[in-house]
Amino acid sequence: MESLVDHVTLSRLQFALTAHFHILWPVLSIGLSLFLVVMEALWLKTGNIVYYRHCRFWSRLFLVNFTVGVVSGIPMEFQFGTNWAPFSVAGGDFFGHMLGFEAAMAFMLEATFLGIMAFGWNRVSPRVHFFSTCMVALGSSLSAFWIMVANSWMHTPTGGVFIDGRFVITDKLAAIFNPDMPWGVSHMWLACIEISVFVVGGLSAWYILKGRHVDFFLKSFKIAVIAAIVVTPLQILVGDGSGTAVYEHQPAKLAAIEAHWETNPPGEGAPWKIIAWPNKARQDNDWAIEIPYALSLITTKSPTGPVRGLREFPVEDQPPVLLPFYAFRIMMAVGFLLFFLMLWTAWTWYRGGLDADRIMDRKRLLHAWIAAVPLSYIGMETGWITREVGRQPWILYNMLRTTDAATNMPASAVGGSLLTFAVLYPLLFVLFVYFAKRIIAAGPAEAVPPRQRLQGHRHE
Amino acid sequence: MGLIEPYLPDIWLFIIGFFLLYYAVADGYGLGVGILSLFARDEEERSIMMESIESTWHDNQTWLVLLGGMLFGAFPLFYSLVLSSLYIPILLMLFGLIFRGISFEFRSNSDEKRTWSLSFGFGSLIVTIAQGFALGGLLSGLPVKDGVFAGSVWGWLNPFSVLVTAGVLAGYVMLASNYLILKTHDEIQQRSYRISLLSSIITLVVSVTVHLRIVAMYPHAAGKWTHPPDCYAVWAFVLLAGIAFVLLLVSLKQRREIAPLFCNMGIILFSFVGMSVAMYPYMIPNVIASPLTVHSVAASPDTLWFMLVVVMVLIPLILTYTGYKHRLFRGKTTGIGYESEKGHG
Ligand code: HDD
Ligand code: HEM
Ligand code: HEM
Repeated sequence: MESLVDHVTLSRLQFALTAHFHILWPVLSIGLSLFLVVMEALWLKTGNIVYYRHCRFWSRLFLVNFTVGVVSGIPMEFQFGTNWAPFSVAGGDFFGHMLGFEAAMAFMLEATFLGIMAFGWNRVSPRVHFFSTCMVALGSSLSAFWIMVANSWMHTPTGGVFIDGRFVITDKLAAIFNPDMPWGVSHMWLACIEISVFVVGGLSAWYILKGRHVDFFLKSFKIAVIAAIVVTPLQILVGDGSGTAVYEHQPAKLAAIEAHWETNPPGEGAPWKIIAWPNKARQDNDWAIEIPYALSLITTKSPTGPVRGLREFPVEDQPPVLLPFYAFRIMMAVGFLLFFLMLWTAWTWYRGGLDADRIMDRKRLLHAWIAAVPLSYIGMETGWITREVGRQPWILYNMLRTTDAATNMPASAVGGSLLTFAVLYPLLFVLFVYFAKRIIAAGPAEAVPPRQRLQGHRHE
Repeated sequence: MGLIEPYLPDIWLFIIGFFLLYYAVADGYGLGVGILSLFARDEEERSIMMESIESTWHDNQTWLVLLGGMLFGAFPLFYSLVLSSLYIPILLMLFGLIFRGISFEFRSNSDEKRTWSLSFGFGSLIVTIAQGFALGGLLSGLPVKDGVFAGSVWGWLNPFSVLVTAGVLAGYVMLASNYLILKTHDEIQQRSYRISLLSSIITLVVSVTVHLRIVAMYPHAAGKWTHPPDCYAVWAFVLLAGIAFVLLLVSLKQRREIAPLFCNMGIILFSFVGMSVAMYPYMIPNVIASPLTVHSVAASPDTLWFMLVVVMVLIPLILTYTGYKHRLFRGKTTGIGYESEKGHG
């Protein structure tokens, strides 16, 4: 952070900008493709035209979302070489082939079958079409898997030795199954499902509130509620597991997330700060509202378990504190809010409040579901800030510093590309919102005759 | 294992070469169709052109992503050197890909068809020019010191790379017109015969000039052309490419529909292999510092093995399902087909 305009800072800004925008779309592609699999399976199984309409309606949204996910993702892949050349050399032995696997296993699969899914409704049999939808869903989840393997390895680089500035892999499986991997993969994948559940549920709630296609969207709303019952508590549990893994493998990050400066002496518990104002210069918090013992309890599952404080680490090895601290709290708040929304909805359902004739009166509940849509994305974005900023100053934890990992080139070149991305990505966002709105405003085409016909089933 | 191990980088070079070739052909015609669409008479013609690649352009483009990933894994040093030293053309290409990538889906959802056709056309043009300059920059040699790029960010911009770019442009247009001959009829098809003839002659002239220049620049490449045994291989491929070229001219004259595209692929295949033989074992032809050979930029043998096993399973799988899909969407383009299939019902 010596200067605001050096090439390292600019490359970091560029990476952060592009990653934060890119990730907005894959999360929905991953979750929505699974939702489409469920809907198409129901269509094939029951022959009920409503499910077919659901497939057609949500896949229009899916296609636009997917398109923007792809175009915003391609620069991500190439940025490692353009802006992070020393990192690519140092970590390429492992990192590179994870990206290669992602492309060969996941992207090719998705891209190919997506065409059949979009254009094949009356070109292939219903079963081949369903198979294609499954392959698209499989591909997107696989891509999440490999990219998260690569990313989690940057947080806990295992499976090799770091010599002469290069990481040489000695044990591939240990690198793939690095300590952070199970948590990184599962937490992120659940985030994809969770966000998609609230997008489907929130949009359905909007239609119901407007009194448009109420019966139709009640179906998807209820499916979303059922999924939320499973996902929201699970996400909190897995998030807790993530935290424990951070405690074990990235102690400086944990201390930063919790603004925890001093290791608690034996026999005393570390408090959990609800809010605080961390002050790096003083190596302490200016003020804090705390719950005694809670931090020890959460991370070590014992009221007096030792939690290392930030002061134990040299200042140059300490991550920023303010950003991870507050980002983490926002993410957690979102996690619990979505959980409570699920409880409220389940309770209302149990009381019969989701029946077609009564749901229109549940205005507050429906509004809450609409609000949950942006909220779930905010939870995901703040989660990433926690994770990535908390890893600093390392790009490969405890091995390679971010400042040593950027391509050495004139700041004007990076500045130019950063500026272009700063125009293009928000533009992509605006265009996406514009087209998504159009699709949503048009609603499902309930009157048009279906393109795909099932044998042996009645239609209408 | 022990026998193959020293050759692992070469095997990988071969695989990467295959990806590059596949990409250049498959996305080459896609990009070329984009460039040609800029010269279409009206919006209806543009629809037909866009529709001719609508169902497959995305998987064809994904070979670029695959190429990037696999290059990163197998030759990390090469990957990082090339991408960082060609920063400006590479980023230009990425920006162009954004415009091209959004055009299909947004067009089908929009009333402003023209805006998105232009996004497709100019996006393709930017990508092609950027790839031309990247290739030109690479062939002009990258100054490397201590494994790090030591030249200027504008080093790729020189008269030679302008020539290479012209060649890439003409080459993609030629591929695209041969593809459109196969996929369309009437007016567009007839025009494509003429464009194919013109662009193939330009491509031929430019590539001969580029080769002469390479031979003049790199003594080791010149040696490959003149010293046995390598020169037999080089000349054999040149001969094959020449035959394919003549066959292309004949098939255009006879107004064949399928043959031109396949002759074109033959030309690309043979000249690519010939050129690779002439360059081998250098991955970055370099005049300033010591050139980088395939072996000096490869990942560790363990990694190469692991990737090789995985890729050997995946490539046949990928070729199978992409082949299935190309078959599924074969046939002439109508200009209304997929659009209506995608409709809301
Ligand atoms: C809708 C999204 C969402 C929700 C509701 C939550 N998270 Fe989360 N969280 C993410 C989305 C996310 C994420 C974006 O997916 C991250 C960033 C990278 C990753 O693997 O997951 C993440 C990272 C992340 C990390 C950092 C891991 C690391 O740095 O290695 C921790 C400790 C937690 N989460 C813990 C929680 C807890 C305790 C939650 C519930 C109360 C919670 N998360 C809800
Ligand atoms: C898509 C969701 C992601 C988001 C929102 C995100 C966000 C960020 C942010 C904010 C930084 C800057 C940290 C700082 O400099 O203080 C960063 C750094 C970085 N992240 Fe991520 N990241 C994401 C995914 C990934 C993945 C999947 C990988 C690897 C596969 C990755 C690799 C990196 C690298 C290489 C850096 C180094 C650059 C830097 O430290 O600035 N990121 N990321
Ligand atoms: C920062 C690291 C990342 C890189 C290098 C990266 C790379 C890419 C690339 C190259 C594409 C376009 C693929 C295509 O052409 O079809 C893409 C799209 C996508 N990415 Fe990312 N991505 C990153 C972060 C993430 C994360 C964190 C996830 C999910 C957890 C993710 C999941 C996806 C998915 C599902 C798509 C949808 C489009 C597709 O797969 O074709 N990506 N990404």
